[in-house]
Amino acid sequence: MSIKEIDRLLPETRGETTRTRDRRSVVRPKRWRRYEALLVGTISVTAFLAAWQGVAVANQSAKWMPALFLPSPTDTADAFVKLFTDPRQNIWADLGTSGFEFATGYIAASVFGLALGIGMGWYTRFQYALDPFVNFLYATPRIVLIPLFIIWFGIDWQSKVAVIFLGALFPMIINTMAGVRNTDAALLRVARSFGAPEMLVFRRVVLPGAVPFILTGLRLGVGHALTGVVVAELVAARHGIGKLISDFGVTFQTPKMFAAVIFIAGTGVLLTWALQRIENRFQTWRPQFKS
Amino acid sequence: MGAPPAKLVARDIVVEYWLPRSEQLFTAVDGVTLEIESGEFVAIVGPSGCGKTTFLNAVDGLIPIAGGSLTLDGAEIHGPGRDRAMVFQQPGLLPWRTVLGNVMFGVEAQGTMSKADALRLAKLQIEVVGLEGFEDAYPLELSGGMQQRVNLARALLTDPEMLLLDEPFAALDAQTREMMQLELLRIWNRDRKTALFITHDIKEAIYLADRVIVFTKRPGRVKHSIEIEIPRPRGLRVKRDPKFVAYEDEIWDSIQEEIAVKPERLLAGMPG
Repeated sequence: MSIKEIDRLLPETRGETTRTRDRRSVVRPKRWRRYEALLVGTISVTAFLAAWQGVAVANQSAKWMPALFLPSPTDTADAFVKLFTDPRQNIWADLGTSGFEFATGYIAASVFGLALGIGMGWYTRFQYALDPFVNFLYATPRIVLIPLFIIWFGIDWQSKVAVIFLGALFPMIINTMAGVRNTDAALLRVARSFGAPEMLVFRRVVLPGAVPFILTGLRLGVGHALTGVVVAELVAARHGIGKLISDFGVTFQTPKMFAAVIFIAGTGVLLTWALQRIENRFQTWRPQFKS
Repeated sequence: MGAPPAKLVARDIVVEYWLPRSEQLFTAVDGVTLEIESGEFVAIVGPSGCGKTTFLNAVDGLIPIAGGSLTLDGAEIHGPGRDRAMVFQQPGLLPWRTVLGNVMFGVEAQGTMSKADALRLAKLQIEVVGLEGFEDAYPLELSGGMQQRVNLARALLTDPEMLLLDEPFAALDAQTREMMQLELLRIWNRDRKTALFITHDIKEAIYLADRVIVFTKRPGRVKHSIEIEIPRPRGLRVKRDPKFVAYEDEIWDSIQEEIAVKPERLLAGMPG
């Protein structure tokens, strides 16, 4: 806790005016401080966009290089709007395909990741049995398996789901296992001392303690799954946002390509933010999360 | 018939550990024999590492005994049971549960009480330990002394035949420790449950107990048993009573014999 925060908690002295209190608290926080992070972040992003726009516009008039090398932010914004409004584009079909692949792979990975992680954390022998596979596959960039999955499952959604599944699975397994393993030995001793049956120990002590780890695994899984969608579709696909980017790239439609990339990045940020919110909700018992 | 049989009877208790690193058998407790009467408050003191906590864990059933016999109310102790409840040195509270939820955890683990009863009695127990108004606080928001009150309330709510306390105040600051000793006696005095209290603090042992047992250094054995004839209720000022100080000297001398190290051994142990 900083001095500023402590000062805010100091009791009002009776008969003390606001002015004397202000003088006493040398480091009373200015109101704008609360928005400092947001403010500075906005300024830096705006500056970046302005610089980008300046360079792109200058390039378009001076012709240093072909305009398609560097579309301006406004070009990208235009392309973004067109992406969603142009009836010939049919973006919803691509988003539907990618969304379906993502959801199927991610949900399957969550189910298996949590089950395997809990099993490996709780039963040491189960962990011994699966550790070699987990370590081997986790160390391998899973995208090298795409050609194999295409041979096995074809270029439709099945091979994508397989890549997404394998990508998201391991962070979930590893974090869940760490969460279960991380259970405070003192709490286990208390539970044993009171004669708690194993199922109760698991449900009331181990699992609640592992929740923050599990949610971290789910959050990390989002990034891996999104990478899986795009990369698998870049390699070979009929539909999907990755396929779209690939098409825009080979046809030199860079503004649309930028727009699609920003769309994916935005999706990732949004999903991660939502999961972070859920994580925080489970941490209300930590004093620093209470305001 | 003569005196009623003792509550806890320990005969020639041996506790051994297997040390995986040095691959050796380690004898922590070797031949402890003692009896604790019903309603008696007994404190065990001894040099650190003498196996007093190990003995307490054996009484709680957390670790098996390698030899001897251990009975509570005539029944052999095989594992943790409803007739004993431990107050731990580390509070061991579930950080995501409120004070109320933590106090209820003991009976919940035992599965002996309906939820409604547990809730009702837990609230009463929270009042008994002086935590009214903090039912909905989380452990991390409590001071060390308050956390130990929750720890105590959790054990008391299970209404055990015997209360086991493992240096519960060791981690508290000096003032809080004294207050908690006073509080413990106040709470204990309500129903005078048989209690076994482990501590390394000689004053604490004399202040709380009807009888202080001194353990030898490792492997632990009963060296000395001293009846504390100071009338109850005891205020904190009793600690400056000449009689109290005399007990303190007696016990301190007894422990000092155990930890006395010959000068040449000290020198031999010095890093070169």
